Amino acid sequence: MIRSRISATLSSAMLSLAAAALAAGTAAAQPAKTECLAGAKPGGGFDLTCRLAGAALHATKLIKDPMAVSYMEGGVGAVAYNHVVGTRPGDSGLVVAASSGSALLIAQGKFGKHDENAVRWVGALGADFGVIAVAPDSPIKTLKDLVAAYGKDPGAFPIGGGGAVGSQDWMKMALLAKEAKADPKKMRYAALEGGGAVTTALQGGHIKIAAGDASEMIALHEQGKLRILAVMSERRLPGRFKDIPTTFEQGYTIDWPIWRGLYVGPKVSDADYNWWVDTLKKLKDSPEFIKEREARGLFAFDSIGADFEKRVKTDVARFKQLAKEAGL
Amino acid sequence: MSFDFLWQGFGVALLPQNLLIGLIGCFLGTMIGALPAIGPINGIALLLPIAYTAGLPPESTLILLAGVYYGAEYGGRISSILLNVPGDAGAVMTALDGYPMARRGEATKALAISGISSFIGGILAVVGMTFLAVPLSWLAIKFGPAEYFVLMVFAFATLGSMVGHEPAKTLIGCVLGLMLTTIGLDATSGAYRFTFEQAELHDGIEFIILVIGLFSISEVLLMLEHQLKGTLRPLAVSGAYPSWADIRFIWWPSVRATVIGFVIGVLPGTGASVASAVSYTTEKRLNDKEGTFGTGDMRGLAAPEAANNAAATGAFVPMLTLGVPGSGTTAVMLGALMLYNIQPGPQLFVEQPKLVGGLIASMYVGNLLLLVMNLPLVQLFARVLLMPNWILIPGITALSILGVYSAYASVMSVLIMFGIGVAGYLLRKLGFDMAPIILGFVLGRVMEVNLRNALALSGGDPGILFASPLAIILWIMAGAIVILPWWLRRRARPTAVPAA
Repeated sequence: MIRSRISATLSSAMLSLAAAALAAGTAAAQPAKTECLAGAKPGGGFDLTCRLAGAALHATKLIKDPMAVSYMEGGVGAVAYNHVVGTRPGDSGLVVAASSGSALLIAQGKFGKHDENAVRWVGALGADFGVIAVAPDSPIKTLKDLVAAYGKDPGAFPIGGGGAVGSQDWMKMALLAKEAKADPKKMRYAALEGGGAVTTALQGGHIKIAAGDASEMIALHEQGKLRILAVMSERRLPGRFKDIPTTFEQGYTIDWPIWRGLYVGPKVSDADYNWWVDTLKKLKDSPEFIKEREARGLFAFDSIGADFEKRVKTDVARFKQLAKEAGL
Repeated sequence: MSFDFLWQGFGVALLPQNLLIGLIGCFLGTMIGALPAIGPINGIALLLPIAYTAGLPPESTLILLAGVYYGAEYGGRISSILLNVPGDAGAVMTALDGYPMARRGEATKALAISGISSFIGGILAVVGMTFLAVPLSWLAIKFGPAEYFVLMVFAFATLGSMVGHEPAKTLIGCVLGLMLTTIGLDATSGAYRFTFEQAELHDGIEFIILVIGLFSISEVLLMLEHQLKGTLRPLAVSGAYPSWADIRFIWWPSVRATVIGFVIGVLPGTGASVASAVSYTTEKRLNDKEGTFGTGDMRGLAAPEAANNAAATGAFVPMLTLGVPGSGTTAVMLGALMLYNIQPGPQLFVEQPKLVGGLIASMYVGNLLLLVMNLPLVQLFARVLLMPNWILIPGITALSILGVYSAYASVMSVLIMFGIGVAGYLLRKLGFDMAPIILGFVLGRVMEVNLRNALALSGGDPGILFASPLAIILWIMAGAIVILPWWLRRRARPTAVPAA
């Protein structure tokens, strides 16, 4: 692939340039054998996944040469998925970033003709969790208030999320509407452009309820710009989240982990697949990895190898069920 | 608020190490910007991990990345002016008057003018940011879907100025652009429109692919046609720089464009391409009395260039004060801040004076460096035009393919680019302008998404579009931009004798 070759050569050229210019100690660039494919523009979640894997693998010396990151934009990973299955199914050095969002798209048939069995799922690197937030002065103080309000009239207040109807953010709100036996399709839901737009719209009063991810909301919660009603997780999250109640604590058995992980092509041999699985297993408890993971706002999420395969398949089945129930 | 952060910032930015880093950033950015399809976002994504692993302090990393960012805004214009091939999304409008100037033999002058207006836009916007960043951040918050929609109504109102001798063709072009934006994922319902089950079409047609197809591929086809007919006339390249009179001539258009560009840049939902489009059409609406816009008018070149750079700077405001990126590129830079565990917000100016001050001070220094670096290089760049056609035509084609393929890594993108290119060539033969298509495309998507979101939020009540004072102000502005030039002309006609 031209792109990765360009970036590899450019990276090494710039690396030596930067090293020379700044007299900073960096290892000499060696020819890269591993590559992480992000199925989107630089800067998004797939990019973050690839960079986390690359930085940690290199820091722990589990791979000799730095891993190259390449980008293949299109259909939130759909183009990359089809590319790997169709063009590079046996490339053992290629891992591809995926997330629970990919499972949702597969469940909705938006990854083309391939289903979740078309690739080999290697493992999760970490997870973020869904949150529901309101403005600090909102009359809605708990999840119970929200469900009660839904029960009265699901179309009474404007809601915003970072994705279209049927996306993860929409699903989070739909699950709560379902708790109130309300029709999710009656929600006044606006599909805004990503998490930043959602928190801005909440602060500006354009929406009253926001669905999003924990890591992008916590700082604003601490600054008192918004209030997180609940983290959509079974267990309380550590650290900055230790005072925020979960959905389970408030009596709703709904969780929404947003896992981030990797897959390889379908024709990668068992030996090569197992090497990746073992490497991730070694990686997950290393202090280097934990530091890099936390720097990117991700929580521990243990699911590697066969366990991860199972996780993805259960998720796809669950999402299919959800979409049917929500009437999509 | 005190401005201690700025003095501390100059202390940081003027350290020899950071000056050198800034210079490297500006230089790399200029090169990256000049290549078609590859924009600052690619350059920054590439440099960020290198800077991080090299152990650069956060302020140096930001200075490097910011250098690449506005370096690219300077660089994007080069191929736009010389070859009618916009180097990045913000440089499309630059081609409208820049390219005719180059064809006239004034390539050096055009490049220098765009460098100078970029400098005016860049530096004034940095001043604006220094003093207004925190107060302006409320604007980004106050803009909801309804306000964005009315802003787009305003933008379309300025578009009235593009209606040339053949209003029907302008309108058709605009509608073509609007139709093209509907391809791909419908952001509201999640349905795929006109994708024919091709995953490559799920995200719709990328703006930059449309631009390269319409401008560079169709240009290549036109050049080939002239070559075969033997009507391709050799170009002259005069080395003359703009005079002081020229600079005075573009001063006010640049300043107006800076204000427009800066404000649009501050809004997270719109970017440099909208900024340069609106400033160009506004300037044409206000000033194009002799109909020289589009035929190589310096003001038509200066306005989008100033706006483009001002928007790039404005995009930092919501990123630093709200943690909301104002553009794709600032999104990657926000990721960089997170890596260093720095939390953006209004208190950043107090808590991290070295970082914010260093970044802002480096923008002052960077813009100056870019101007100084660019003016002599202009002579060199202009010589590209003296290349024989047997190098130039395949060269442009190869650069276009390489750029699109390396940015999107799919053969489909390249095929779409050629398809659009052929369509563009035919449209040009039929006397259509490319600009209305581009404008319809840029503004249409923002308009549609925000109208639908506004109505989703209000439960279908169109009253939301007139509900806020901001929206009403924007409606008034849209009305004014339609009526004002007409009214001014009416008033001027009976008394004034048209000046030469």
